[in-house]
Amino acid sequence: MSIVEETRIALLDLFPELAAADAEVRAAALAEAEAKAAAEAEAAEKAEKIDDVMEAALAEMESIELKSESEGDAPAGGDNDPEPVEAAAEPEPEPEPEEEGPRENGVMLTDHAARGTDIDVLCAPDQVVEAAKIMDEAGFFLEAITGVDWIKDEKLEVIYDYNQYGQEPCRVAVRTLISRSEPEIATISDVMPSANWHERETHDFYGIKFAGHPHLIPILLPEDADFHPLLKDFKP
Amino acid sequence: MTVPIECRHDETFVLNLGPQHPATHGVLRVKLTMDGEYIVKAEPVLGYIHRMHEKMAEDGNFAQFMPNTARMDYLHALAYNHGYCLAVERAAGIEVPERAEYIRVITVELNRMISHILWWAAFLLDLGGFTPLLYAFDDREQVLDLLERVTGSRLTYCYFRFGGVYNDIDDEFIAGTYAFIKRLRSRLPSLYHDLVTGNIILQKRLKGIGIITPEQARRYGCTGPVARGSGINYDVRKNESYSAYSEFDFDVPVYNECDSMARYMVRMDEIEQSMRIIEQALDKLPDGPVKAKVPKILKPAEGDYWASVETARGNLGHRLVCDGKKNPYKLKLRSPTFCNLSCFGEVAEGMLLADALAFMGSLDLVIPEIDR
Repeated sequence: MSIVEETRIALLDLFPELAAADAEVRAAALAEAEAKAAAEAEAAEKAEKIDDVMEAALAEMESIELKSESEGDAPAGGDNDPEPVEAAAEPEPEPEPEEEGPRENGVMLTDHAARGTDIDVLCAPDQVVEAAKIMDEAGFFLEAITGVDWIKDEKLEVIYDYNQYGQEPCRVAVRTLISRSEPEIATISDVMPSANWHERETHDFYGIKFAGHPHLIPILLPEDADFHPLLKDFKP
Repeated sequence: MTVPIECRHDETFVLNLGPQHPATHGVLRVKLTMDGEYIVKAEPVLGYIHRMHEKMAEDGNFAQFMPNTARMDYLHALAYNHGYCLAVERAAGIEVPERAEYIRVITVELNRMISHILWWAAFLLDLGGFTPLLYAFDDREQVLDLLERVTGSRLTYCYFRFGGVYNDIDDEFIAGTYAFIKRLRSRLPSLYHDLVTGNIILQKRLKGIGIITPEQARRYGCTGPVARGSGINYDVRKNESYSAYSEFDFDVPVYNECDSMARYMVRMDEIEQSMRIIEQALDKLPDGPVKAKVPKILKPAEGDYWASVETARGNLGHRLVCDGKKNPYKLKLRSPTFCNLSCFGEVAEGMLLADALAFMGSLDLVIPEIDR
């Protein structure tokens, strides 16, 4: 299993309902793939009996078919499982299509070449600590924490970017939306010490209060700063 | 923030290092709680050169932020150019011509070399050796002349454009680069390694000092030579190959000692790897345009994008949030040194003050990049 798939499944722990549905889909896909493989093996056996010329042609065709299947699957699952039969099972747990309306909480696969991230998680504000623990256990490091001010929706978005040192790229963005009038969210600095400074910076720029942070004083702004310059309604 | 003068009953005292201090290379302040010569607690105080580049990005259009990028990491400015270009190109779906990718790699690697060379000089100056600085500046000057020729500036480059580079390189630049590599190849073993690396005083000051364990490096998000000196094989150029890096054969130097000497060796080896990359790129430099046709005012589609590049100090990330207008809705800069420095407090605990300064130097701090 590729690291993206592994991480996706680990992150599904945040959403038990989605995880159960996903496990079903995966089991079904696996069973289907097995059935397909068995059928294919049978067909190959039958083909063997026909005649030598036909056999060669058929085997070639099948190998092309299998190859194209596993190739077409690579960008979606990022799977580099050597077994083409396994790979054929991968496209089944389709990533949720990028819908236009408000996105529902969940784990979404994204195209690394187009977006720069591999997995995108939207979760409730009280789940970020749990998400950090999952990422910590999976051996990820925290790349950045940042906010985005969606002033029209009266929301602040907090984005946690995780990355890992493995040779296969897998970058995870965990995002959550909090109220703009009382921006407060739990700190993850006791899970990831690097979050300490990132949270202080986000507090400087957006005024987001990280509850439980040990030392939430300005880090980049002056020590007496009582303004938050990246809020869209900030007037210098 | 300011600690009032108080009587401390445990015989510790607060020592203020910086913000104006030759060993902090700019305006970094470290509040140290000392017990004699030993550090009990170290707390870096940042923000003395904070300019709010992220706000400036939101105010102008995409192209207008380009000159700002070089003013963060002034030692590896082209990598900042590159990182920002990659983020915007990813958002706007711009294809870069092959020749431009090669020129980007060549200039970024030249810049990386002189960044490491200048770090080497300044680091040894911290440790009390003045002479190496003169040799290093001699070499650095050659590259500055080369880069000035194609980019038009010597330090704060604004050379990259969305979809390519501003200017094609000429034969004189190519010949000069070959000549410089030949010259540095002959000087590296004799001047750099014989004079300094093998020096017993340097080794005694660096070996076993400032140990960052691989787990600490991960927990603090260290990247670049700091991570690679802790045995972590992570280089954005390899792990998430961007631009034309996948076409070149180069190694990622990794040292497992986790100390200041390991970080020193990583950077010295990286100079050699950069030379290898530049030579390969110059050897098979393709013909063609150096800039794609790109509209003057970009309006990328809504969405957010991440792009990482490997600077001389580590993984530089840009998170770009677009809302379909002509200016970035939000631009987050993930500065590598900001994360690398965050482990300082934990690692410096219990260290001798003089060792902590050597350790700080081995982190390769560029303060404007931390403070942004």
